[in-house]
Amino acid sequence: MTAPAAPRTLANTGLYLRRRFANGLFIVLSLAAAVFGLVWLAMILTTLLGNGFAALGPHLFTEPTPPPGSMGGLSNAIFGSVVMSTGAVLLGTPIGVLAGTYLAEYARYGRLSFLVRFVNGNVLSAPSIVLGLFIYELVVRPMGHFSAIAGTLALTVIVIPVVVRTTENMLLLVPNGLREAAVALGATRAHVIRIVTWRAARAGIITGVLLAVARISGETAPLLFTALNNQFMSTDLTGPMASLPAVIFQYAMSPYEDWHDLAWGGALLITGTVLALSIIARLLEKKQRN
Amino acid sequence: MFVARAPCEFRPILPGPCLTDTILTETNAAMAALADRAAITAKAARNDARFRRMAGAAAAAVLLIFAGVIGALLMGALPAFKAFGFSFLTTDAWRPSREIFGAVGPIYGTLVTSAIAMLIALPVGIGIAVFLTELCPRPLRRPIGIAIELLAGIPSIIYGIWGLFVFAPWFQLHVQEPVLPAVEGVPVLETLFGGYAYGIGVFTAGLILSIMILPFIAAVTRDVLETVPSVLKEAAYGLGSTQWEVMRKVAIPYARTGVVGGAMLALGRALGETMAVTFVIGNSHRIAASLFAPGTSISAAIANEFTEATSELYTAALIELGLILFLITFIVLSAAQLMLRRLERAAGK
Repeated sequence: MTAPAAPRTLANTGLYLRRRFANGLFIVLSLAAAVFGLVWLAMILTTLLGNGFAALGPHLFTEPTPPPGSMGGLSNAIFGSVVMSTGAVLLGTPIGVLAGTYLAEYARYGRLSFLVRFVNGNVLSAPSIVLGLFIYELVVRPMGHFSAIAGTLALTVIVIPVVVRTTENMLLLVPNGLREAAVALGATRAHVIRIVTWRAARAGIITGVLLAVARISGETAPLLFTALNNQFMSTDLTGPMASLPAVIFQYAMSPYEDWHDLAWGGALLITGTVLALSIIARLLEKKQRN
Repeated sequence: MFVARAPCEFRPILPGPCLTDTILTETNAAMAALADRAAITAKAARNDARFRRMAGAAAAAVLLIFAGVIGALLMGALPAFKAFGFSFLTTDAWRPSREIFGAVGPIYGTLVTSAIAMLIALPVGIGIAVFLTELCPRPLRRPIGIAIELLAGIPSIIYGIWGLFVFAPWFQLHVQEPVLPAVEGVPVLETLFGGYAYGIGVFTAGLILSIMILPFIAAVTRDVLETVPSVLKEAAYGLGSTQWEVMRKVAIPYARTGVVGGAMLALGRALGETMAVTFVIGNSHRIAASLFAPGTSISAAIANEFTEATSELYTAALIELGLILFLITFIVLSAAQLMLRRLERAAGK
């Protein structure tokens, strides 16, 4: 705190008081903003934890989604989410890492790189529902029906820009001395990248993948009309598949009380997953930056 | 290779094998090694080029996705273009049973909910950021900062169901019901906040959106404010400035581009947000003067109606809505990126 101690006897006392008043008001207002904002967020979290833990139980993981009025769990939705997220990460990570490598290692200052960065930033923040429409036109319409493949691809489109952005940023952190040392030993560019810079940036690149998983594990909008939903356990990738967010959406909008409980249980599972992934990602990123 | 055998030309001084043989073997080995090396180098060069092409192709894939999104939306919206042309943007009628579709209702809902969200979240978010960088006791800064960053990553569907189950009933009982009789007869307020206490509606959707983007704005603004060099602030304090004056006349002007860029990113999120809005907006294509009335937004209309759209034209109209949303967010996000980029350059990155 640095309250300036001007002598009060000066002619500027009025000005001084006015400045002190303005400063006090500013401090009170920003404190109020912080309290106001944090209170809302705390309320959301406590509601989520309260309702979520009440609905939590082993049946969530062992039984599929029930028809209204009977008991059931979320096993098919959990399975679908895991399958589609895994698929999206497997497809999206290589493309994302390679594109990020191109931006950081091959064409850092190129005109094309500027365009790719710009477009990537736009896809990164584009409304996910629009990306869902894209996959609907690309996959669902030609196939004639909704499918887990379409859902996976919709999530892949979300994974790629996240991985591109973090990979590029993390590779930029690798000191040039390392690259130069490898080149001086006669390594080709590809060797330098694979053996030196990727290894040096490994924790950071994994951070990007984890952030991408965190992002897609809660995505609902792009799944609604790609993977749709499925009340039963299904392992058929060419057919509709349930996912946690889609089930939460359907059950929360329903008039049935026991479906609401399942929705809260699912919401808690998603939030827990996202928070855990974000925390691990933060720790890894910190390790990378040191 | 050198296989010729001749009588020994170089006899060693001490007894031993003929030196010619040794020379020949060594030369052979050296030549072979050279050939090997050339082959290895050539192979490495091929691999190198292939790897570079792969990386370039991956970068091109990003461009391709973007072009694909625009192309797919244009293709999908084609029937609606043909049927309605420009009048799609000026009609507020939405009657699926008679195949009449107009985008004004959803566009209005998207813009109004985002405006409400920004009006609330921007000052509060900046307040939180200022609190975190300047006023918060040091030991609390990191935990609160991390908590806010984590909250920014929580899926929007969580905010949506909280809005539906907890906030909307509370808002109906404790805000709308007292407010409605109070504004009766007051000219402007009666129009804006009149009608019935539904709980859900455009205003509720805007509030939920504001809570959702709040941590994002706070986190981005805090990051930007932390780029202000301490020397600048210390110099201002040294001249006797108060905290308010340092913030208003030194820190904010220095970080202005970044704050505006971050706000635009948040606006892009608010405009395109689906799940936080769909639960609580009420899904009515009618535009009501009252903010408490139910409405719809582009994303909510698509999320609710897409799988129920039975006719080709209905689907096309929804896809055209998606295209409009994509274009609006494209403009906002592009502006945000250019601003944040300028900031990065200024920071010497």
